[in-house]
Amino acid sequence: MLWQSVLSGLESLLGGVTQLTLAHLLMILIGCLLLYLGIGRGIEPLLFVPIGFGTILVNIPLAAVMEEGGFLRTLYNMGIITELFPILIFIGIGAMTDFSPLLENPKILLLGAAGQFGIFLTLLLALLLGYSQLESLSIGIIGACDGPTAIYVTSNYAPHLLGSVSVAAYSYMSLVPIIQPPIMRFLTTERERKIAMHGVKKSVSNRTRILFPILVTLFTALVAPMGIPLMGALMLGNLMKVSGCVDRLANTSANEIANIVTLLLGLTIGATMEAGQFLNVRTLGIFALGFIAITLDTAMGVLFGKLMCFFTGGKINPLIGAAGISAFPMSARVVQNEGFKYNKKSHLLMHAMGANTGGQIGSVMAAAIMLSVVKGMGLH
Amino acid sequence: MNEMWTFGLTLTIVGMGGTLLSLWVLSLLISALKKLFPLESEHQPKGH
Repeated sequence: MLWQSVLSGLESLLGGVTQLTLAHLLMILIGCLLLYLGIGRGIEPLLFVPIGFGTILVNIPLAAVMEEGGFLRTLYNMGIITELFPILIFIGIGAMTDFSPLLENPKILLLGAAGQFGIFLTLLLALLLGYSQLESLSIGIIGACDGPTAIYVTSNYAPHLLGSVSVAAYSYMSLVPIIQPPIMRFLTTERERKIAMHGVKKSVSNRTRILFPILVTLFTALVAPMGIPLMGALMLGNLMKVSGCVDRLANTSANEIANIVTLLLGLTIGATMEAGQFLNVRTLGIFALGFIAITLDTAMGVLFGKLMCFFTGGKINPLIGAAGISAFPMSARVVQNEGFKYNKKSHLLMHAMGANTGGQIGSVMAAAIMLSVVKGMGLH
Repeated sequence: MNEMWTFGLTLTIVGMGGTLLSLWVLSLLISALKKLFPLESEHQPKGH
């Protein structure tokens, strides 16, 4: 009797090992790979470290971290189901973002719109490949090149794809310096790449800076009210930054809140990457489509830049169109480096920053329109 | 299948067109804001 009891006790101790399947092991390795990318290679460490660790935790048999009452399930219910985490991150992003380069040259905002076209073209491709309507929306949104937007839309429409969509979005954003330059060179002539754009002169008053976030919020409320949680949060953060009278709140949003939520968000995204949900051909499809989305975004941004170059009589360097994809501030730096290779007198950085912040607004606006149209069609 | 494509094309057309149009209007509004509140007006000394 005692012997049997000891044996069953030992068996429960070894349960984690005996119930470990090849799929679990593979997912734990994927978790370790994400940790390696974050720690060893410095690729999006703020996200890949918690995501990688969350992936390991959720794939340990009998750990029950994602079962009702488990700590990751509690975080998931609290921050993802309620959409709270991406919204809080957006307040932080708003408090970190300087929209001045965009305000200096508002026309550049159009590049931020063109840089989102890949979202919708990828959505069509996803439908063609047999993904459901709401899944296709969530895959297309990888093209927003904006992690919190992708997480917000996916947690709304296809929460079972949250892990793969988020990892794809953040991976490709970190690969922007590798993905974009060949597309930029392929779509522009050497003459276009040499176009010099001179420094941005300061022409925006403080009142304009303060009224801008209020104006954008009210405008979004009129055009696509479903996007107000995202745009409102982004603009609240920015208003706190530019108003200059709530520095403590702005700093807390940009630092403490953003850091805490990033940790919790990363862990919960990792927690959605259970072997049963993640290991399938559809995940590979999502990664392939995510790559296509960012490629198309870049191409459309550069082509729109060429159009603006034509209509302005060659005053705009089409390369800055590539920064319209959001992926702030990585793509602006890529544009600056690429332009500098061809013309040492060209100052593209601030113009590219303008397109880049325009891309941020563009990606949220595209998501807002998407949410509103889907609601209007009665699909969700 | 038809329904699927109607959905996809509607969202693509409305999404691309809507985003472009919205940001164009927004750029006009920003330009108007800059004209209404120019930088110079903030630099004028008080009492003038």
